[in-house]
Amino acid sequence: MKSIIRNFWSLLTIISTIALIGSANAADPLKVGFVYVGPIGDHGWTYEHDRSRLAIEKAFGSKVKTTYLEKIPEGPDAERAIQQLARTDHDIIFTTSFGFMNPTIKVAKKFPKIKFEHATGFKRAENVSTYSARFYEGRHIIGLIAGKMTKTNTIGYIASFPIPEVVRGINAAYLAAKSVNPAIKFKIVWVNTWFDPGKEADAANALIAQGADILMQHTDSPAAMQVAEKKGIFAFGQASNMKAFGPNAQLTSIINNWAPYCISRVKAVMDGAWKSQDTWDGIGPSMVAISKFSEQIPADVRSMAGKARDAIAAGTLHPFTGPINKQDGSPWLKAEEIAPDGDLAGMNFYVEGVEGALPK
Amino acid sequence: MDLLILILQGIIVAATPLVFAAIGELVVERAGVLNLGVEGMMILGAVSGFAITLESGSILIGIVSAALAGGAAALLFGILTQLLLSNQVATGLALTIFGLGLSALLGQGYSGATVMALEKIHITVLSDIPILGAIIFSYDPLIYLSFGLTGCVAWFLAKTRAGLILRAVGENHDAAHALGYGVVKIRLAALVFGGACAGIGGAYLSIVQTPFWVEDMTSGRGWIALAIVVFSTWHPGRALLGAYLFGGVTVVQLHVQGLGVDIQAQVLSMLPYIVTIIVLVMISRDTLRAKLNAPACLNKSFFASS
Repeated sequence: MKSIIRNFWSLLTIISTIALIGSANAADPLKVGFVYVGPIGDHGWTYEHDRSRLAIEKAFGSKVKTTYLEKIPEGPDAERAIQQLARTDHDIIFTTSFGFMNPTIKVAKKFPKIKFEHATGFKRAENVSTYSARFYEGRHIIGLIAGKMTKTNTIGYIASFPIPEVVRGINAAYLAAKSVNPAIKFKIVWVNTWFDPGKEADAANALIAQGADILMQHTDSPAAMQVAEKKGIFAFGQASNMKAFGPNAQLTSIINNWAPYCISRVKAVMDGAWKSQDTWDGIGPSMVAISKFSEQIPADVRSMAGKARDAIAAGTLHPFTGPINKQDGSPWLKAEEIAPDGDLAGMNFYVEGVEGALPK
Repeated sequence: MDLLILILQGIIVAATPLVFAAIGELVVERAGVLNLGVEGMMILGAVSGFAITLESGSILIGIVSAALAGGAAALLFGILTQLLLSNQVATGLALTIFGLGLSALLGQGYSGATVMALEKIHITVLSDIPILGAIIFSYDPLIYLSFGLTGCVAWFLAKTRAGLILRAVGENHDAAHALGYGVVKIRLAALVFGGACAGIGGAYLSIVQTPFWVEDMTSGRGWIALAIVVFSTWHPGRALLGAYLFGGVTVVQLHVQGLGVDIQAQVLSMLPYIVTIIVLVMISRDTLRAKLNAPACLNKSFFASS
């Protein structure tokens, strides 16, 4: 009950703050806008983007003013939302979902003076940069841990949509698990949604019923983690630290750590040094962070995973190093060959050994 | 065999929020009101059920408050549409949007928290029967409540005088009014009942199925419940069946994928909606309408002119 009352108070505070901002017009802080696809309370994708917004506020204090629009569906509404931020004199606007790509480009054309930062897209312009994270590096680590720790040799994988990013994650985790456990099997279930806690829980239950004793997910809610905790098995958190939902179940989480990048881009605008560019960072520059390994992981596995993490960060290990064949047996990478970024960016095939057909 | 039992159990759990919401809406529509705000009432039930359970430590109090929250939202809808005669479709849509927004506001302090989920109850002897015990007698109390609710509503509508009056109001409100029945009062009562059911359905998600709170966690289940009511042609038993069909298709397609069967999952997800569309087409053909039971006064405002 207390929190409800507190929330009403915070609402009042927000309203009065807006009123204040409207009246005051002081030292012209840099205006930073964010467009989110989900609610900031999703504990996953959008939650982490919002943490980067808060980090910007913390880093620059009164020199910036941030705004965000949450739960903006990908589609015609997105263009209106981005345009709204552009019209209200924002200096830099972060659009944080793949589906915002075309609207971002369209709005950017109309507002050439405003800088745009689009997460996970591939279309750029004079005033549009793109940024994304090499999540597959994190997937390599969890694949190693899962391969070592599974008793049933069956990993359950809850996947969202068959786009390159998700397929890349499956392949990276599978190759890593296979490298330490040749008998490993991945059961992959596509739920066709980023966010539907009920359905994600159903999928987790289905995978456990079919013998999976470790779960991986590429969806946004902590539902699968919670099911794993209840059923007494292990799981890996996605996008943010999900330990609260699975204190015993979570082995580690792959965390999307956008803050350093976003801060550097805001700084660039302040310094007048902003240029359009494409950024694809991984564990090295800590855009992908691995949360503390659970005590449940045996010490030798922990140190193996830690070494792999450090090697990836140092650039001496690449999760996609040949020889690797595609699922149909045709060769993809020769021995010692490292996957070119172009292949990774457009990955639309399973690697050899993954079972099942990739949905079209 | 074990897998089959697990699949059946999974279906029943996945379908239970739909059963509550659909049965509630069915009674509302039988009384001649179309409340499209099911999604909004469910999400309000989900947030208040979760919040109150967390604050009070009692799941029972949580579920009761979820019912109250859903009922209150429905009462608001009732006041607007029955007393102030606003358009039911527009008001229902507004209720959904309002519910989603208000629940996000109320739930701000609760994201990241969890509660102890409702436990299954073990019935001596019955739960120990091989196979059958696992399929029928191994659930949490809310699932038994959903079975009971369906039975009671079916009996109430078909066998009681009050049920007959409620149906009369839905079929011909002018005639019911002429006979001296309080059309508006009966509709308000039906609405509050429907809202309470939707609230419990939402709370089932946030307390039992995935015991945490996140915004939008109902993810369109309210709309599916509305489709199930049409699918059922306004019969409670068929609504139960329809909910299990929808839940079943969801759960089975997940299992089918896990087993590596090569059917496009999207095709299976589509099936229940296709059936609903077919039923809708059949209903909109006038000759069949009477047979299919659509309440004749559905979505018509009632104004006592004399």
